[in-house]
Amino acid sequence: MNEKNSLSETIISLQKVYKSYGKVKALNDVSFELQHGFYALLGSNGAGKSTLFQLLTGLFVPDSGSIEIVGIDLSRQLTKALAHIGVVFQQSALDLGLTVQANLSFHGRLHGLSTHEIKERSAIELERLGMQDTAKKACKTLSGGNRRKVELARALLTEPKVLLMDEATVGLDPASRDLLLNYVQQLCTERKITTLWATHLIDEAENAKQVLVLNKGKLLAQATSRELQDRTQTDSLLNAFLQLSDQKLPDTSHIQQI
Amino acid sequence: MVYSSQLRAMLAIIQREMIKFWHQKGRLVAALVRPSLWLIVFAAGFQNVFGVSIIPPYETYIEYQEYVIPGLLGMVLLFNGMQSSLAMVYDREMGLMRLLLTAPQPRWFLLFSKLVSGTILSLLQAYAFLLLSVVFQIEIPLIGWLYAFPAMLLGGLMLGSLGLLLSVYVKQLENFAGTMNFVIFPMFFISTALYPLWKLEESGAEIVFQLASYNPFTHAVELIRFALYGQFNAISLGVVLVSGFIFFMLSVWGYNPQRGMAKFTKQNKTK
Repeated sequence: MNEKNSLSETIISLQKVYKSYGKVKALNDVSFELQHGFYALLGSNGAGKSTLFQLLTGLFVPDSGSIEIVGIDLSRQLTKALAHIGVVFQQSALDLGLTVQANLSFHGRLHGLSTHEIKERSAIELERLGMQDTAKKACKTLSGGNRRKVELARALLTEPKVLLMDEATVGLDPASRDLLLNYVQQLCTERKITTLWATHLIDEAENAKQVLVLNKGKLLAQATSRELQDRTQTDSLLNAFLQLSDQKLPDTSHIQQI
Repeated sequence: MVYSSQLRAMLAIIQREMIKFWHQKGRLVAALVRPSLWLIVFAAGFQNVFGVSIIPPYETYIEYQEYVIPGLLGMVLLFNGMQSSLAMVYDREMGLMRLLLTAPQPRWFLLFSKLVSGTILSLLQAYAFLLLSVVFQIEIPLIGWLYAFPAMLLGGLMLGSLGLLLSVYVKQLENFAGTMNFVIFPMFFISTALYPLWKLEESGAEIVFQLASYNPFTHAVELIRFALYGQFNAISLGVVLVSGFIFFMLSVWGYNPQRGMAKFTKQNKTK
């Protein structure tokens, strides 16, 4: 397969996916296809982003519809599909009592990597993130930003084709947020990874290859930032998003300026 | 290739439990203090109240302190099984459970690995208590130390499976006290850990006698009791194997994504 074909290959595919919790429709007829590159999943709190991620990682199964990762049907070959996925959850999932290296090793071995592979890949990932000096430090001693970097290094340890980032920048300062975002975007180009970056922060979605707008469990649009603005005849992604999701910015005129 | 991958995953889970156990020095102390107190205070105090007649596997009159040893070993296994359940709930609250369940290994295998790791810790603690019992001049035949291994292994796996099953339903750490009241205590007290079955029957406690007869913990204790004296109790082995299998299969079913991790991740229900 030549490079052009490999870049147009469908990596993540969802077809008519439904998921409800009782009467709450968390995902309602969601379908999309993603190729290589950095994609933003934009939605307000409660839009269904985390549910979508839990379906993509097999923690939940959809009520109906199909999900494929690199052509592998999750409902049939979940473990095979999971081998291609790296994930950073919204809620931190580090064992804070263990060192950075121990956390990476645990994850690598869960994925069946050998000690040699783990050692080699850990060194590379930590060095790229400027974290090589922290390998022997306990995770509880790290800052929030550095903990997120460790989680990213861990997700990349298995050389995944798909990287799922579920609101990974929540709680980070602007500098750490930028660093993480830029690094992941760079990875998509360098390693031809498909990243689905869930966020409710507009600026994080600006440079995405495509923005997927999710609202109340419905996928409202999948297009570039520019296309979304053209379609809604607005001048910013924020306004396009607000119009698509039928939301308004709160009226702040009553707040007195100091 | 697949087997080596699974073996690595299992070893990783076992190693993590060992490291955690090593960091929690108080856990071993607590695991030893609890049965030791029963042995020193309870057994010594009731030595003359509870007369134990000659019943299998014993071939002569034994002191009450010797009678309760298998029950106290069972107590170590039971508490550690529940402790593993607590650790699962903690991992879920800390988000670590998701890391485990999104590993590319069969889910039943990951749960089995968790079970094995917990059982290894149970065995370590049980043997540590057995060593301690020597200090209290409890004489267990040397061969019993060896025969007790498979009995405690199976008992540990069965009680660990029960802990795993409970972790499906105990949603928050705060609910663990309820587990203590409704699972550990009835299971321990309505069993042959502290008194033989015939004593219960003789005293007219028919319902308690019946409950104790069917209690899987009774059979784990009896399996260990017989093994400690180089004997084999087929009925207890059967009950331990069957109940352990049922508990484990129900746990696997409980962790089935078809049923939904919804029960485990209520904070993400509508995100």
